Amino acid sequence: MPINETLSRYSDWLYTTAAAIYVVALMMTLVEQGFGAKGRLAMERAQRRSRELVGAGGPPAEEVPAAQREVGRPERIGRMGASLLVLGALLQLSAIVLRGLAVHRAPWGNMYEYGMAVTFITVVTWLVVMWKFPVRHLTGFLLLPVVILMFVNGTMLYTIAAPVQPALQSYWLVIHVSAAIIGSGVFLVPGVASVLYLFRAAYDKDNTKFARFAPKLPAADVLDRIAYRTTIFAFPVFTFGVLCGAVWAESAWGRFWGWDPKETVAFIAWVVYAAYLHSRATAGWRGARAAAINIVGFAAIVFNLFFVNLVTAGLHSYAGVG
Amino acid sequence: MTTTEAPPVAPQGPTPAKRTLAFVRNTWRGLTSMRTALVLLFLLALAALPGALLPQRKLNAPKVDEYITAHGWWGTLLDKLEFYDVYSSIWFSAIYLLLMISLVGCLTPRSFEYVKAMRAKPVLTPRNLARMPHYRLGRGEADTTAEIAAAHKQLSGWRRVEREEADGARTISAERGFLRETGNLVFHFSMLGLIVFFALGKLFGYEGQVIVQADGSTFCNSGIYNYDSFNAGLRVDGTDLNPFCVKVNDFTARYTESGQPDYYHSNIRYQSGADLETNTWRPYGLEVNSPLRTAGDRVYLLGHGYSPKFTVTFPDGTQRTQNTQWRTVDPTTMLAEGATKFDQPGVTDEVQRRTRQLAITGLFAPTAFLHGNVLTSSAPEANDPAVAVDVLRGDLGLDSGRGQSVFEVDQTRVDDGRLKKVARENLKVGQEIKLDDGTKIRFDGVGQWVSLQVSHDPTQGFVLGFAIAMFLGLGASLLVKRRRLWVRVKPGTDDDPSTVIEVAGLARTDQAGYGEEFHRVSDRLISGQKG
Repeated sequence: MPINETLSRYSDWLYTTAAAIYVVALMMTLVEQGFGAKGRLAMERAQRRSRELVGAGGPPAEEVPAAQREVGRPERIGRMGASLLVLGALLQLSAIVLRGLAVHRAPWGNMYEYGMAVTFITVVTWLVVMWKFPVRHLTGFLLLPVVILMFVNGTMLYTIAAPVQPALQSYWLVIHVSAAIIGSGVFLVPGVASVLYLFRAAYDKDNTKFARFAPKLPAADVLDRIAYRTTIFAFPVFTFGVLCGAVWAESAWGRFWGWDPKETVAFIAWVVYAAYLHSRATAGWRGARAAAINIVGFAAIVFNLFFVNLVTAGLHSYAGVG
Repeated sequence: MTTTEAPPVAPQGPTPAKRTLAFVRNTWRGLTSMRTALVLLFLLALAALPGALLPQRKLNAPKVDEYITAHGWWGTLLDKLEFYDVYSSIWFSAIYLLLMISLVGCLTPRSFEYVKAMRAKPVLTPRNLARMPHYRLGRGEADTTAEIAAAHKQLSGWRRVEREEADGARTISAERGFLRETGNLVFHFSMLGLIVFFALGKLFGYEGQVIVQADGSTFCNSGIYNYDSFNAGLRVDGTDLNPFCVKVNDFTARYTESGQPDYYHSNIRYQSGADLETNTWRPYGLEVNSPLRTAGDRVYLLGHGYSPKFTVTFPDGTQRTQNTQWRTVDPTTMLAEGATKFDQPGVTDEVQRRTRQLAITGLFAPTAFLHGNVLTSSAPEANDPAVAVDVLRGDLGLDSGRGQSVFEVDQTRVDDGRLKKVARENLKVGQEIKLDDGTKIRFDGVGQWVSLQVSHDPTQGFVLGFAIAMFLGLGASLLVKRRRLWVRVKPGTDDDPSTVIEVAGLARTDQAGYGEEFHRVSDRLISGQKG
């Protein structure tokens, strides 16, 4: 079937618009991060007090007194940023859907489309995290890598809409690649949370370190919990992606595992994340060491995306970047 | 996980036997500790890395040689240290063997503990439930027995035990989430199984590649000499291959306008098992993502290319036609290079024969495009095939005892004059070259070849089974929470005859998120018991 160029053009516009909106959301939430710390701390104290009341068997004090609910300007700007983030995510989703309609296949057949989907998953994951944890003000730190990825993806890796080669014409493209996309997209969140954790933990240990920046971050155990919970979601998905890749490779390339560079680095990333999960259960390895391992794992994911696709020549060289 | 404490040293000095025993025990404890496992995991990740960065012999042998030549002593050193065969190297094997031992050492005691925990009754209800992280207090209308019975009903999915306390209160101690540890053990044992069967597959499996003309030619899996290349496991000696035959009838490729391939299809016929005796052929459409699975083996369509067809008419009038495969040098335009070699028939004198052998070498373009006199191809389809060839005459060395590539002539023979260039020409279909001795060489057209791979891996089904078990185990071990719940029902006093119900909960794993479930369950236990 021919490529629908109109739809593909609309997809490109939506992609660019989404990226621009993310930039605005990034700046707005950075304002909240920078100037809203006082209000946040007051809120936290109020919540802790109400939790203590519940813990003591008193009546459930879910209502925070009105005086403490009052929001300052930084919070309002942060909320606007978060709304913009939702809007950007919707636009990006439309960009992905239109691209799929334009090429009549799952819209993740080359590196540009892959990058588009991965960053979308990251943003959606973050929206979920924001809903469960009071971390809206950290959105800027997450959006920074997202925006950079989207910029690199849209300029250097852009590929015109086209059908895929015979090796990719399989329903496994939908299963294997979407698992890889979800896994990689979610892994960005624990990566960022772990970086912030290291700042916060260093400050907790020695109050002169990052004294202006770290106190504005959430408590170290909150960051650790965010990293852990997103990792234990992404890790099985990533494992599923690798296993499906093996099943697909068995029918496309003649073996289920052949140490192709992509397979190798996926294996390395898997081992590193396995080490992360083990480290959280090992005395002396919890905390900063576990966070560092998580960051190494995400580095392996990024390395697998960029270095293996663009530099080495393997069976996974579908980047379409010439 | 075991701790790494040194055993107490006997005051009068240990005997050598004891010392050895202590050494063995400490080594074992060290090896099976979680810390060691972590370090080994890192080493494994680190050791796997060169395989992605350096060319690997299994994947691309010529590139390895190129790399070694380009990097001098450094390249040779890496070769000596097995850096081009990372995954079969001693150091890589050592790491994963140690990891496996560590895994066994960690899992064995854990399995015993698991069985013990399965048999054990849920722990005693703590005296002061209000100290637990989750706690609710309420009052019930019914008497103690009815309330406890109702609580049992609410906690039907939990492992629980009921106890009676001295003051007449009755308690239920309940536990849930054993699936977490089950999943954990299943995951790790499946991983062991996967590794073992993966290794067995490497021992007993083989892969062979062969090029077959897509004109009804046949390939039979009867011995390794039928293959162009053959990689076998240590326990495969090339005899006793699963017998089957494949006949390649045609090959079709379709391309998009930009020349990107869009569709490959090869109609083949095959026979295996009883069909071999009755000579029955069954049809199959071979495609990139749908290999032929027969006789326990798989046949894959790996690649394709063109075979230009040449007819040579020798001065004595005898004719010979050949279409030898040429190898593709540019996959986007399918420009190919190769050598088609001829031996004049009917020449019995060896010396004579060695002066008259012919080789047609050069380039083939499926859609010819000429820059002056230089031939290139402008599209992958065979729209306007042409060749640009040199004709060499002399001694090809076909019977010199040394194997030579089908794609090229032995360059040393050209250099030392045993092969002489007698013509250079561009030909379109139907055109011919006339040599000085009257020999005519005609370019007749073009056929296609496919490259097939036969893969044999007797254990891959087991590997898949273990992989699925591993995945399920992983899911259970990460998503299931171990948690405890206690209910204590106290009879009412004279002042207030309603029973007092206390509910408390504790998550046993470091995963947060028990709160919501606790709320739901305790709600039902305290107020919604009618439901």
